Amino acid sequence: MKKYIIKRIVSLIPLLLVVSFVIFMFIHLIPGDPARLLAGKDATIAEVEAAREAFGLNQPLIQQYISYLKTLLSGDLGYSIKSGAPVSGLIADRIIPTLGLTFFSIIWALVIGILLGIISAVFRDKWPDRVGMLTAVSGISLPNFWVGLVCIQLFSVHLGIFPSGGADDGWKSYILPSFALGAGIMAIIARFTRSSLVNTLKQDYIRTGRAKGLSGRAIIFGHALKNSLIPVITVAGLQFGFLLGGSVVVETVFSFPGLGRLLIDSIHFRDYPVIQSLILFFSVQFILVNLLVDILYSVFNPKIRYE
Amino acid sequence: MNKLIKKRGEMNMKEVPVEATLTSVGVEKKSKGRFFEFWKAFRKKKSALISFYFIILLLLLMVVGPFITPYDPAEPDYFKLLESPSINHVFGTDEYGRDILSRIIAGAQITLSVSISAVLLGAIGGTILGLVSGFFGKWIDKIIMRICDVLFAFPDLILGIGIVAILGPGLQNVMIAIAFFSIPSFARIVRGATLEAKEMLFVESAKSIGASKVRILFKHILPETIPVIIVYFTMTVGSAILSAASLSFLGLGAEPSSPDWGAMLSMSRDYIGSSFHLVFFPGLIIFLTVLAFNLFGDGLRDVLDPKTKN
Repeated sequence: MKKYIIKRIVSLIPLLLVVSFVIFMFIHLIPGDPARLLAGKDATIAEVEAAREAFGLNQPLIQQYISYLKTLLSGDLGYSIKSGAPVSGLIADRIIPTLGLTFFSIIWALVIGILLGIISAVFRDKWPDRVGMLTAVSGISLPNFWVGLVCIQLFSVHLGIFPSGGADDGWKSYILPSFALGAGIMAIIARFTRSSLVNTLKQDYIRTGRAKGLSGRAIIFGHALKNSLIPVITVAGLQFGFLLGGSVVVETVFSFPGLGRLLIDSIHFRDYPVIQSLILFFSVQFILVNLLVDILYSVFNPKIRYE
Repeated sequence: MNKLIKKRGEMNMKEVPVEATLTSVGVEKKSKGRFFEFWKAFRKKKSALISFYFIILLLLLMVVGPFITPYDPAEPDYFKLLESPSINHVFGTDEYGRDILSRIIAGAQITLSVSISAVLLGAIGGTILGLVSGFFGKWIDKIIMRICDVLFAFPDLILGIGIVAILGPGLQNVMIAIAFFSIPSFARIVRGATLEAKEMLFVESAKSIGASKVRILFKHILPETIPVIIVYFTMTVGSAILSAASLSFLGLGAEPSSPDWGAMLSMSRDYIGSSFHLVFFPGLIIFLTVLAFNLFGDGLRDVLDPKTKN
């Protein structure tokens, strides 16, 4: 087990290096002089040259990348053009709301999605299955910003139960954004749970269970579900990227003070150091979640470890 | 039992190209038969069929939309600001008094052409990479798949936002961004289908009669991968519409004044609470369009690529 985990982590190093290089290149890919971009819109020629010196932009590209990696590893993400504040501080201020939002979204999506999937699989091809799967395919097709806006209209404007934005009302301010963000993933998890469970129910050991007189409930919850949830974990991990992208949109709808809003604000302000660090942050988070999912998968399915 | 027979039937259909490639007359006959079989099976899927007709209607709107709008979608009417839906304006009017139904009809062209051409670009790029990767294998395969791994390491929309941040906002750049992040999925799927097709008997026989690699790749293997590509293409168009709308909503895509569906929603945010119809109808049409592409894709998959169903 330990060996497998170490192997997986080591295999990530080249990927992380390439990803960091792509993100390092970000500032160089933008048309125009990087020093001018980093010095800000209204910089004088002297300031541009000072920025070139400060960011080491007059050095060869590969040397710049090495020093970029060095500063990254020391936890230094550079400084915001807009406010001059360290980017790591900006991220630290905003990380809690975003983590809370993604956490609540994935939790409700998993619970409801798996439940819907079980119901659909048990009543396969009957009306509960049809309703469940229609709900699921609708969930995949809904634009999350529209769900958010409709929720604001319904629950904030009309009923006044939940706040229409911000994160100042404790758990209440998380309900609507988490709902809007999780709907699509819930749908994907429901579809996947259904098909995985339907497949498991065709297996020989299930037939054995039925033959020895186990009740339907004992078969589903005692035997089938455990095995059919393993691939669901992987799908949930892959969908985490969808969640990170969606959080940018949903945070914009709800004026939520998280990293997604920070990213969009920074793009409108052309605050490149912040954009660069946020994209790196989102990608590394995505890679790590998938590593975690892989490890979990190998815990539940030992066969994987030996391949 | 019925299922078993059906499975057998599929297997026979898969083997058709073996003889079909030998005589050109055979090809025509069988392909006609194949299409007929497909339509017969597809017609039974009611939701997919309705979605198919809805998509046809949308594609028609794409072409003739701007000519058949009840009102000029760009002409402001300051006597009719923010009117609720009525007989004259079925979906109401916006903050400049423009007819929302007319704007939605005119916007179909923008929203759909951006999404469809983006996925088309992504599909072409991904298919070429997937074919080459699966067919030649070895180091070419390794390199292409590693590049895909790197692209997969970025969440789709984040990669899209990053690309738009580099190239600048605008619909053309949104299209490039969506094409870019669709490539790796197409590459992987086509690679899988290529690996499978490579093992088939008719490829083996083509090789043994001395057909060139290029000929085998494009004449024998590519046609085998087409059903998978069509299914995945349809489903990807749905999510591409959502991505394009999201980027426009964030102010990174279409001009705020254009009748692009995402841009309309972005503008309508300020009127939530007072004029909900501004938010409701553009969102509804995005939802229905994406739903149609997803249901149509599901139906296509059940018929063309039944293996992947469960």
